[in-house]
Amino acid sequence: MTDQAYNFAYLDEATKRMIRRALLKGLAIPGYQVPFASREMPMPYGWGTGGVQVTAACLTPEDTLKVIDQGADDTTNAVSIRKFFERTAQVQTSETTAEATVIQTRHRIPEVALTEGQILVYQVPIPEPLRFLEPRESETRRMHALEEYGLMHVKLYEDIARHGAIATSYAYPVKVEGRYVMDPSPIPKFDNPKLGGNAAIQLFGAGREQRIYALPPYTDVVSLDFEDHPFDPSKADHACDLCGSEVSYLDEVITDDKGSRIFVCSDTSYCTTRQDEGHTGRLSPEGEAA
Amino acid sequence: MFEAEVLSGGFSNPAQDSARAFRACLDAMARPGRIQQIAGAVPPAPLSPAAGAILLTLADATTPIFIAKSHDTEAVRRWIAFHCSAPVVAASDADFAIGTWDALQPVSQFAIGTAEYPDRSATLIVECEDISAPTATLSGPGIETTQTAYLPNLDAFVANSAQFPLGFDCYFTAGNQLSALPRSTKVEAL
Ligand SMILES: [Zn+2]
Repeated sequence: MTDQAYNFAYLDEATKRMIRRALLKGLAIPGYQVPFASREMPMPYGWGTGGVQVTAACLTPEDTLKVIDQGADDTTNAVSIRKFFERTAQVQTSETTAEATVIQTRHRIPEVALTEGQILVYQVPIPEPLRFLEPRESETRRMHALEEYGLMHVKLYEDIARHGAIATSYAYPVKVEGRYVMDPSPIPKFDNPKLGGNAAIQLFGAGREQRIYALPPYTDVVSLDFEDHPFDPSKADHACDLCGSEVSYLDEVITDDKGSRIFVCSDTSYCTTRQDEGHTGRLSPEGEAA
Repeated sequence: MFEAEVLSGGFSNPAQDSARAFRACLDAMARPGRIQQIAGAVPPAPLSPAAGAILLTLADATTPIFIAKSHDTEAVRRWIAFHCSAPVVAASDADFAIGTWDALQPVSQFAIGTAEYPDRSATLIVECEDISAPTATLSGPGIETTQTAYLPNLDAFVANSAQFPLGFDCYFTAGNQLSALPRSTKVEAL
């Protein structure tokens, strides 16, 4: 099969128009989940078909696409999606955050501050932040309509009563522009402060659940918390063992069967860029501790 | 000549041209008041190239359109029918509305969505002589501090944003330029 056998960016024009209309409504009503008719994509749902459909609706031939999976550009998932759009949309791709105009992500926000020319597309498994409290879609929709978010606060407060702190560390709920409670997708809560006031356009796609939502640039986004227990993005008390960064989100990696552990930046582009610039960590070849 | 005018003026490269035009719409809606360039459509007057490109990019058989008096010509109707297949409907049933600000009055006739589905609302494409001279100061999502912009009216948009999350959203078009004003934007006199 030749590449001409595909539609541009795989999806047919009617489907892209429908997704594009949903994206524009999402931007006009920040944090509100817009229903859309999700299409089958030639990849499993777990690979983020919602994000892939949003990316397909946004790409132009002039774009440079970066795809990250838990911060890494080189997982099977990230490589496959990148190849898919290289072939169907003829876009350039890059692993460098600053070079990309569209970044599709699963479970992380890049460490480097994004800019006005960039779009960040999130793959979302469960878009409804109230789902664990209320399984019925009709009820959660009513709760959003009435701003009935008391139960959500009760759940978070039960965490504090039980654990002395809010136990939720991924998909930590946020409130957008003082109106809609939103699920930021399963990013670590460490990334939550980057949701608000971001110069880039942030778009969220949930394929199986057929929802699209959005944050325009510089939107006010607040992680839910309490006066006596303010939101704490928390971070491992280590520096990266490869680049020495003390401000990045770290993955703990077991290196042998004796349980030896190292800590490395989850954002591989950030980490390798720092190493290329000469930054060193505990395990750098020169052995120079940062 | 008439048939030629109706049949021509669409995107020459539909998939790529509509992708680029969509990005202009996306940037406009994401950054209220900032002027974007949009190209590729050559619709019959009085439809502007910008308004034509928006319709080619977003409208189809599933999106009913209201054509206000200012733009309700045989050529415009046939161009929209041929290129978008969109049904022409009364204002209250429209997903998209096209016309000058005066011709679109009263804007209270357009859908503003419901509490549970605020997205079931109209998008107005407001044709303007010129959108380059600011008349208002905007703030809100998409704007870092404030943004000045041309608006054809002030009170109507103050009232519209007061209904948030309900409300209509607007594109302002002139020649090949567009800007947007979503319902989330707060509007003040310059
Ligand atoms: Zn590192």
